[in-house]
Formats: sequence, structure tokens, C-alpha cells
Amino acid sequence: MTAAGPATVPVTAALALGDDALVLSHRLGEWAGHAPVLEEEVALANIALDLLGQARVLLSLAGDEDELAFLREERSFRNLQLVEQPNGDFAHTIARQLYFSTYQHLLHAELAAGDGPFAPLAAKAVKEVAYHRDHAEQWTLRLGDGTETSHERMRRACDALWRFTGELFQPVEGLDVDWADLESRWVESVTRVLGRATLTVPEGPRTGAWSAGAGRQGVHTESFGRMLAEMQHLHRSHPGASW
Amino acid sequence: MVTATALEAELLELAGSVPDPELPVLTLHELGVVRALRLHGSGAAEVDLTPTYTGCPAIEAMSLDIERVLREHGLREVSVRTVLSPAWSTDDITPEGRRKLREFGIAPPRTRATSGPIPLALGPTRTDATDTTGAIGTTGAAGTVETEPVRCPHCGSADTELLSRFSSTACKALRRCLSCREPFDHFKEL
Repeated sequence: MTAAGPATVPVTAALALGDDALVLSHRLGEWAGHAPVLEEEVALANIALDLLGQARVLLSLAGDEDELAFLREERSFRNLQLVEQPNGDFAHTIARQLYFSTYQHLLHAELAAGDGPFAPLAAKAVKEVAYHRDHAEQWTLRLGDGTETSHERMRRACDALWRFTGELFQPVEGLDVDWADLESRWVESVTRVLGRATLTVPEGPRTGAWSAGAGRQGVHTESFGRMLAEMQHLHRSHPGASW
Repeated sequence: MVTATALEAELLELAGSVPDPELPVLTLHELGVVRALRLHGSGAAEVDLTPTYTGCPAIEAMSLDIERVLREHGLREVSVRTVLSPAWSTDDITPEGRRKLREFGIAPPRTRATSGPIPLALGPTRTDATDTTGAIGTTGAAGTVETEPVRCPHCGSADTELLSRFSSTACKALRRCLSCREPFDHFKEL
């Protein structure tokens, strides 16, 4: 895709944001054929498509999109560990969506308001991600304030992914963002949604020992290698193949 | 601002007359995605095209169709550039485009005085017909609230409910009419 962009783009930031979108897009795509109902199959695929579009623009700012997506090794990816976490059950996918889309929505709103190199993409993405966030919030409410089983599974999912959320607010080189402010707004929003869903905010740590999160430095969790193998094998087996 | 010549205006109109690959009832002009056309020397044109959604897969088909139409018109060289800014909005769909969408069985997007986040109506279960479905946003953010209902494109009833925020394409939501019971797509506000 040819996107008109300014001459100088902070590559680190383009990779961080682009890899977040690419990896989560792939994870959501794994639901195709497995979602609990047809409407969700379509919804998750559409969210994945939005993210893929954002990833293509961002990675194209940093280099060749195909080379970056299909020919990098695991340690070269700069995505958050949160987005590479396996889909788990539907509640895990929704918890991951809630944590990430709230973050992405707040972050892109900041970037769209500035005049940096990511402003044009962010201005588009913020409108798309608003729908992702709404989708995640509505499902969090329905599952949390649903049956005993759905409440318990949603609680477990929110707890399990909590330790990956501290990493969201590690400053990214090249992004002019007040990270502490972003974090406090994120905590406030997630707390509000969980409260309305009759869930409690997880108690575990989000940063420090016993938390996770070094994806931005290229350190990833075990399942990411397997995900990449699946995502990259076709391109690596048939270099230059096209439809 | 460079003023377009009469020839550029004519060629822009031609590029805009290309039908949308997903919704062939609409032209690209009616969808509001063809932004500008510039001539460089004789026989070379550059067209600015903006995607509806960042990941819209139709953008490549649109580019090829524009190139083909302009080449058939005698242009030697045509390049289509994807521009993101300013971001496309459903308010860019022309009134004629909205009418055609409705005739095609798709509820057109509602127009907004100001774009931007809209207070979220949270409900634990099925979204009801009186909420602000399709209208989303963040807490505390200023915005406009959709007051106009989404009408059924088949019978015109305002009594419709949201089934899913995402439908056959990213730009549509799935709704159902409570009067005639027909499901329908709604081109959601962006």
C-alpha cells in the first residue's frame, strides 16, 4: 500500500504500533471458524481487518511491510506481550480486547490530536478502534453480569491478563505522549467497565516482579514463537508467491 | 490551493464515476473517496484516493478501476495515491449516495453535526431499540448524541434493533426491523 507520509518517521514507534496491530490481527483471525456465534465470527474478523489495515500503513512507514511481517525473527518484533497471548476461551479474548482497545483508543486519540507523523493514521484508527472498544465493553458487561459461569470465566480471564497491562504504558521512543496520564485514564476506564460488569479490578501487580512485559524490547512469551511459525511459514516456504 | 483546470475537473468526474467494487450501486464520487486529480505534463495523471476504513480491501480494486477508466480515456500514465488525511467520514457520502444505499436495502449512515466520541450507553444484555447504537465513545468526552433513529430501508419503520456491531463488511452493522422483521445492513457512522 502506498501511503503518503512525512519524510522522517520514528521507526521504533512505527514498529511498536504496527506490530501490536499485526499480531493482534493474527490472533483474532484465528477465531475464524471457531467463534461461538456467527455474528461474533464476523465481528472478530472485521476487527482483525481494521487492525491489519493499520498494521500495513504503520509497517510501510518503517520499511517493506511484507519483509517486516514475514521475515523477521521473534526477537525483532516490538509488540506488547498482551497482544500475543493465546485466544484462550471467548472471555480471554474479550478481556484482551478490553485491555488493548481501551489503550489503543486513548493512545490514538492523543496521536491524532498532535501533528506528528502518526497523526493521519491515528485520526482514522481512532474512529475504527472506538467500535472495537465498544464491542469489548459490551461483551465484558454481558459476560460479567451474566450467568454464574460467564461471570467466573470473565473474572478468570481479566485476572490472567492483568500482569501484561503494565507494559502498555512503557514510553515508546518517538511518541510524544504523557504516559502517566494515559495510564491513569486507562485504569479509570477499565475500573468503571469492570465495576458495571459486577467484576472487581484484579489485585495482582501490573509492573515490577511477578508482572510480565518486555515485548517492546523484543522479549516474548512462549506461545508467540508458535504463532509466528504459523503466520510466516507460507511466505517463507514460497518466497514471492502471490495470489 | 491549486485550482484544478477544466480538464482536470472533467477527468476527476470520470474517475469518480467508477462504481464501488463492493456496493456497485454507488459511484466512488458518491462514496466520497476520490479526493483530487492532477495532470502532470500531457497524458499523466495522479489521483488521490482515500480508504473508508484503513483495512478496506476494496481500495486496490478501486485503484485498478480508476487506472483502467482513465487509460481508456487516453491517458498514458495514471498513478493512484492513497491519502489518509483528512480521515474519511460517512458524512462524505453524498445525498444521492444515501438515497441509492437505501434503495439497495442498506440503511444509510446518519449525518452528524460534529464528529467525535459519543457518550456510551452501557447495557449488560441485548441492546434495546431506544439506545444510541452505532454511537459510541468514551466517558466524559464531549460529542453529539444520535437522536435520529436508524430506519428500516425496507418499510421505513424507526423501530429497529441492533444485532451486531459488525456485519458483512467492516463499514456495516447488522440490524433487524421490529415492524417488518427483516434483517438489514446499516452503514454505520464513522
